[in-house]
Amino acid sequence: MSQTQGLIPCSEAVAKLWDYLDNAVAPQDQEKVERHLSFCRACCGELEFAKELRAFLASTGAEEIPEDVKAGLERFVQEM
Amino acid sequence: MTGSVRTSEVVASDRTKDAFLRLVAPQLPSLYGLARRLVRDGAEDLVQEALLQAYRSFGSLREDAATSRWLKTILVNVFRDDLRRRGREVEEVPVAGLEEFSLYRTLVEVDPMPYSDTMHHDFLIAFGREDVREVLMRLPEIYRAPLVLKYMDGFSTKEIARLLDAPLGTILARLHRGRRRFEREMWTYAEESNLLAGRADR
Repeated sequence: MSQTQGLIPCSEAVAKLWDYLDNAVAPQDQEKVERHLSFCRACCGELEFAKELRAFLASTGAEEIPEDVKAGLERFVQEM
Repeated sequence: MTGSVRTSEVVASDRTKDAFLRLVAPQLPSLYGLARRLVRDGAEDLVQEALLQAYRSFGSLREDAATSRWLKTILVNVFRDDLRRRGREVEEVPVAGLEEFSLYRTLVEVDPMPYSDTMHHDFLIAFGREDVREVLMRLPEIYRAPLVLKYMDGFSTKEIARLLDAPLGTILARLHRGRRRFEREMWTYAEESNLLAGRADR
């Protein structure tokens, strides 16, 4: 019997990767994803990229505020 | 007597507003940043409305340390109500080929930066803050808001469902579609704006 028998297809594994990283998949799905990843190098690449994209989004979250906008909002608070 | 009561009321109210301003001023960059990720135009108006509502319920803030999350929650409530008023909470028609799209694979196949050893990483860092914002703005609000709240502002899926007043399953589905849309729009935007030009030979 082939070791890869019963593996979920790449499309299914990729579709679950972000939920997998969010710990939002059911335990049986988690096992299916991990088993798929242990055999599939391409999907490991997908996983690493998903991690990097998440970190990138989180790092883009903070934002500077233009001085005039900040001053305007502070003035708004003082006058409301 | 009346005069002194009035004076003390004014002083008390001033002190409350001063305290409010002291508390919210350090949060203005992140609050404005969130507003700019949620709406294309009118971020300042959104922050102003949130500040007004926050000031009205200033007494409900239990601890100063929770100010950031408290303000962001109020801002998202204002955003949601505004969305409803404008009738923008419409489910989008399915986009052909979206489920099959993979940004990772597209980059491998197209190989837009042939001399890069770290192409996927280089692709991401080609996007400046404004580029990311432009990509977000290409997404319908129903997908943009959960994506922003979850991956850029750190809200949990349950909190997002509560804030946007939608079932958890709906938010999970929107996050799924939103991520796909975001990845595809990143690629489309990079192509359209020639973002990778000049990086291709690095």
